[in-house]
Amino acid sequence: MPKNMLSDPREHLVVIGNGMAGMRTVEELLKHEAGRRYRITVFGAEPHVNYNRILLSSVLAGDKDLDDIVINPRSWYGDNGIRLVTGDPVTAIDRDAKLVTAASGLSVHYDRILIATGSRPLAPPIPGLALPGVCAFRDIADVEKMLEAARTQKRAVVIGGGLLGLEAAWGLKQRGMSVALVHLMPTLMERQLDAAAGQLLQRDLDRRGIAFFTNGQTEQIVGKERVEGVQLADGRFIPADLVVLAIGIRPNIDLAKAAGLEVNRGVVVFDDMRTSDTSIFAVGECVEHRGQVFGLVAPIWDQAKVCAAQLAGDATAIYAARALSTRLKITGVDVFSAGALMAADEADDEITLRDESRGLYKKIVLRDGKLVGAVLYGDVADGAWYLQLMQDKADVSALRERLVFGRAIAEMDGAKAPGPDLAAMPDDTQICGCNGVSKGTIVAAIRDKNLTSLTEVRAHTKASASCGQCTGQVESLLAFAAGVDAKAVKKTLCECTEAGHDEIRAAIPAQNLKTMAAVRAAFGWKKPEGCHKCRPALNFYLLCAWPDEYADDARSRFVNERVHANIQKDGTYSVVPRMWGGITTPAELHAIASVAEKYAIPTVKVTGGQRIDLLGVKKADLPAVWGDLNNAGLISGHAYGKALRTVKTCVGSEWCRFGTQDSTGLGVKLEKMCWGSWTPHKVKLAVSGCPRNCAEATIKDLGVVCVKAGYDIMVGGNGGVDVRVTDKLVRVRSEDEVLEHTGAFLQLYREEAHYLERTAPWVARVGIAYVKRRVVDDAEGRRALHGRFIHAQSFVQRDPWAERVHGAEAHEFSELSAMVEA
Amino acid sequence: MDVIWKNVGSLDNIPRCGARRLCFGHNGRPIAVFRTGDDAVHAVVDQCPHRAGPLSEGIVSGHLVTCPLHNWVIDLSSGDAVAPDEGHVETLPVRIENREIHVGIPRRPTSEEAA
Ligand code: SRM
Ligand SMILES: Cc1cc2nc3c(=O)[nH]c(=O)nc-3n(C[C@H](O)[C@H](O)[C@H](O)COP(=O)(O)OP(=O)(O)OC[C@H]3O[C@@H](n4cnc5c(N)ncnc54)[C@H](O)[C@@H]3O)c2cc1C
Ligand code: SF4
Ligand code: FES
Repeated sequence: MPKNMLSDPREHLVVIGNGMAGMRTVEELLKHEAGRRYRITVFGAEPHVNYNRILLSSVLAGDKDLDDIVINPRSWYGDNGIRLVTGDPVTAIDRDAKLVTAASGLSVHYDRILIATGSRPLAPPIPGLALPGVCAFRDIADVEKMLEAARTQKRAVVIGGGLLGLEAAWGLKQRGMSVALVHLMPTLMERQLDAAAGQLLQRDLDRRGIAFFTNGQTEQIVGKERVEGVQLADGRFIPADLVVLAIGIRPNIDLAKAAGLEVNRGVVVFDDMRTSDTSIFAVGECVEHRGQVFGLVAPIWDQAKVCAAQLAGDATAIYAARALSTRLKITGVDVFSAGALMAADEADDEITLRDESRGLYKKIVLRDGKLVGAVLYGDVADGAWYLQLMQDKADVSALRERLVFGRAIAEMDGAKAPGPDLAAMPDDTQICGCNGVSKGTIVAAIRDKNLTSLTEVRAHTKASASCGQCTGQVESLLAFAAGVDAKAVKKTLCECTEAGHDEIRAAIPAQNLKTMAAVRAAFGWKKPEGCHKCRPALNFYLLCAWPDEYADDARSRFVNERVHANIQKDGTYSVVPRMWGGITTPAELHAIASVAEKYAIPTVKVTGGQRIDLLGVKKADLPAVWGDLNNAGLISGHAYGKALRTVKTCVGSEWCRFGTQDSTGLGVKLEKMCWGSWTPHKVKLAVSGCPRNCAEATIKDLGVVCVKAGYDIMVGGNGGVDVRVTDKLVRVRSEDEVLEHTGAFLQLYREEAHYLERTAPWVARVGIAYVKRRVVDDAEGRRALHGRFIHAQSFVQRDPWAERVHGAEAHEFSELSAMVEA
Repeated sequence: MDVIWKNVGSLDNIPRCGARRLCFGHNGRPIAVFRTGDDAVHAVVDQCPHRAGPLSEGIVSGHLVTCPLHNWVIDLSSGDAVAPDEGHVETLPVRIENREIHVGIPRRPTSEEAA
């Protein structure tokens, strides 16, 4: 040990466990003036700095990288004078000698200890656990094993249908494995969900391709060299290349037990977070407090705060458990649960609401006029509100009839629910459980940094950025602290201005604003050159308003639109030529093939939009590649643009025995009319020859479904994360009418939607009735809209590739070289 | 700093609010040269501190560039990421003489110096 450490007069705090609870306590301790009186050493068994374990699920599912989940980088330890020993588990605490010893033999003297060893995955008492290919789901090493398996193997079996097991199964599924899940009980997450919600959950995940074996008791994990499958007690056998155990956790108490501290299921702690030895504290999943053990971070943050206060000398700090809630982190599956799952006896009230077709389920449990439990499936927006009512033990008897319908209805006609009084709420009330962010922190950030949107609050405080459960509360705080109603908040175009999209769009023609500078001057922009958000938006608005006058500003376009190709993650580009209505010819295919060979293009792929993508083209090769494609008559497919992308078609009446109209021919006509147009967001069209709808027209921005009597025009659909099925606009009888309605619809969208708003959210916002009024009912208005569309098209239907082949923007495609060395 | 100055050509070769890459790099990393709307010139290593995105392809507003991959905003004068993101990209000194841009490439330490 270096001399200066021996002579350091401060007390030595040794933290065992470099996980979420331990480091949170240290962070809290450092906030106290008195916290500085400790010299701190942290031992971690894992070789990593401390990270957000909760987000391992997101790493597995591919939504986050390992880098994204680090809580404190190594520099944080250094900056705070903390000695960090990683990859070296503590093996013994000698309370007489006051020594802590680690596996490496390193041994340090302590004045205080903080035990934060977390928990261990439970292992079932079955043969085969030691086979390669079997792992748990607890730490980075486990996730690395799973990712490796997902890269090289096919079949995964997850044992355990609780929160962890389901998140593991979903992540592996996302990574392309075929996944089976074995669960001992008849329904999933039975500790957090009642049977009805558990079944809905199973149904939804089943639809997403996870195979369930409920009532499945694992007898053995089978395999010779490595795992080959899972044998169930009822005789069923499930083949597997990877088996993930997620049947539960057990507090990690071995060290405390060997040191002679009082242990039960966990390390016993009292309300002051001290163990039976007053100089040893414990927090997190390793502890047991008043008979309760823990498996979620929200209570652990409370413990950390109390423990830190005690370490800093505040003897009054006391930990008290409060109601907890659970939420599953699977995109698109909304589950919330808190408190009691069902009535405990006849005195309790259970109220349920079920909407099969929308996949909604809600149950609340009332006891003595108070809310004691809530289970939500499908729509969890009110979860935080219910949890607050439970934590406040609020009297809700007056709202009994309406409570289950959620906050909005419960508070209708001025009936003020005893919701959280934000002004009275203490600053240290925890809002975001995942990231441990308190009301005070959020309010301070909103006020100091003038935050006005949920996104900003997330970026600055991390509140509601992990599981999203507290989104509603964060929005209320935003309303409270900034006076902005996050839901009805005026969406300004960007931080450079107070003006919203609609105002700006209206002013452009009204005040004859013809340049970005003019718009910025008219609205008093905060930054003279704007920012990456407003510049592309203004560029589009001006282009749309003045198609014949406005000169497009390349510097205000996202790189893809500037160079007319899609940037890839390695800095190369992809090239997608247009294939009208999905039709191609042998000559075009020859041209594509020879371009791919000539420029050694690594990947040639058929896209989801019925055309061919050449991926991995070097930027400098782009003009030559385009030149060769142009020579075969191929032009830009605008796969990179907020522009018309594709018009998908099916074979239709020309070949198909069910086809009612020439869907392919109509698709080609539509594409010829619409190509090259710039739009607020990308636009995709499709034409199906009959209601079997092979071209998927009903999830397109505009889709045509041909029927015997004519053409059904459908609008406002998209795929993506939030799939939206189109609304029907109108049925027309002729192709010409289809073209006119399409032009009119697209022009209305171009003129009125906000930049980066696709037709689906736009139609949802303005309502299909409004769109019908403008495009269907008002024939004159429709013709005018269509006319403006065609007028605008006359300026843009020039192949941007050909322009660049002939020298436009040449500087984009070559690098600067050094001329002279000086 | 001990640098080797390289003349990379006229200011007019770079569009206002734009950037170009240099065909040679610095310690194996590409360099981006930016020209801002007010004709200031900045040179930085062309790798975003987030995940090495090509900053030279970003939208330039004022003295800030927005990375095209995940929208981090980098202050070209300091090389620092703008909050809430945190990170830093190495900047290189620039001199302009008669509208010609000179970029100072740090001299690689010889093995003796490094030792
Ligand atoms: C290449 C392609 C995948 C493929 O290999 O098949 C593709 C590739 C990309 N899609 Fe797509 N999408 C492709 C068809 C689709 C389809 C299928 C379709 O068009 O029928 C969909 C669902 C339909 C839809 O758009 O509603 C689709 C829905 C998305 C979405 C979600 C859109 C939404 O509004 O929610 C995004 C994300 C976005 O745009 O923000 C996206 C974004 C992307 C981006 C631009 C991601 C990005 O930002 O880099 C990808 C660009 C890759 C590149 O550099 O080339 N892609 N993408 C397809 C190109 C079609 C084409 O020929 O132009
Ligand atoms: C995949 C996953 C998803 C989760 N999702 C959620 C969620 O959505 N919401 C939620 O609230 N909670 C969730 N949790 C639970 C949450 O992560 C835990 O409650 C929390 O991490 C517990 O903190 P802890 O510090 O007690 O334990 P840990 O974070 O496990 O930290 C303990 C650390 O101590 C180390 N250690 C153990 N023994 C020793 C020793 N002898 N010497 C040195 N170091 C030692 C361990 O290696 C570990 O790094 C999830 C957990 C997992 C695994
Ligand atoms: S091509 Fe589309 S679906 Fe595939 S990874 Fe890219 S964005 Fe996702
Ligand atoms: S690489 Fe630049 S923002 Fe991600």
